[in-house]
Amino acid sequence: MKRSDSTQAVTGSPSLPPDGRALEAQPRWRRDFPIDVAEDDYVSRRELVKFIVLTSGAFAVGQIWIVLKGLWGRREALAERLAVAAVDEVAVGGAKTFVYPQGSTPRLLVRTGERAFVAYDQQCTHLQCPVVPAIAEGKLHCPCHNGWFDLETGQPLAGPPRRALPRISLEIEDGTVFATGVENAPS
Amino acid sequence: MTGNRFARSQRMTIVNGTLVFAIILVVLQLWLLTATVNGVLGGDTATSLPAALASLVCLGANLWLLRYVYRLD
Repeated sequence: MKRSDSTQAVTGSPSLPPDGRALEAQPRWRRDFPIDVAEDDYVSRRELVKFIVLTSGAFAVGQIWIVLKGLWGRREALAERLAVAAVDEVAVGGAKTFVYPQGSTPRLLVRTGERAFVAYDQQCTHLQCPVVPAIAEGKLHCPCHNGWFDLETGQPLAGPPRRALPRISLEIEDGTVFATGVENAPS
Repeated sequence: MTGNRFARSQRMTIVNGTLVFAIILVVLQLWLLTATVNGVLGGDTATSLPAALASLVCLGANLWLLRYVYRLD
């Protein structure tokens, strides 16, 4: 190895063609593989750093998207008031499903007393199976994985669910039950 | 440009160290994103903005590391 070659090998200067001509003037194989073997590991690690920084950018964009979605969600107009059932339509201890607002997942209206109603999203917060009322026990039951929720609050009691069921705000007026909004209950 | 201040073996050490730092920062960002999504789905949106700022700081540090690596040549 000549002295200049060994110096270049030690300092790791950019790969230059041996004949010194520009890359465009080199044969096709050298244009396709412009990195010398000695530089290969260094360049591949550097490219890996670049890829990881790209991943880092994707994560940061995801975080910003979550923040913007939260801000945009707050500005959404409250859902309109909607009549979901007549009081007499649901017996005490009975239940009825409805959709509110339009296009939503099914909601579950439960009559717990003479003038007491509660309503929740019917999808279990574990894996979206429909929950069914177990009114005698004061609970809502998800039969898929044996999850249980409190009928009065929607909070998880047992089983895999860790988050409360979203609650639908209700008003009773002139013998009709109205849905007035959706509360995203905290965990 | 910093020129060839370092021998190839030194540059390999530097780029390996940079790689380790970048991976640690990305894992931290992944943890932040997971925790934020978990919190937001549970109705806790208060942490999303601080987590986004922390993630941006990590991205800035990663970009600085990448720039440093490219300036080694």
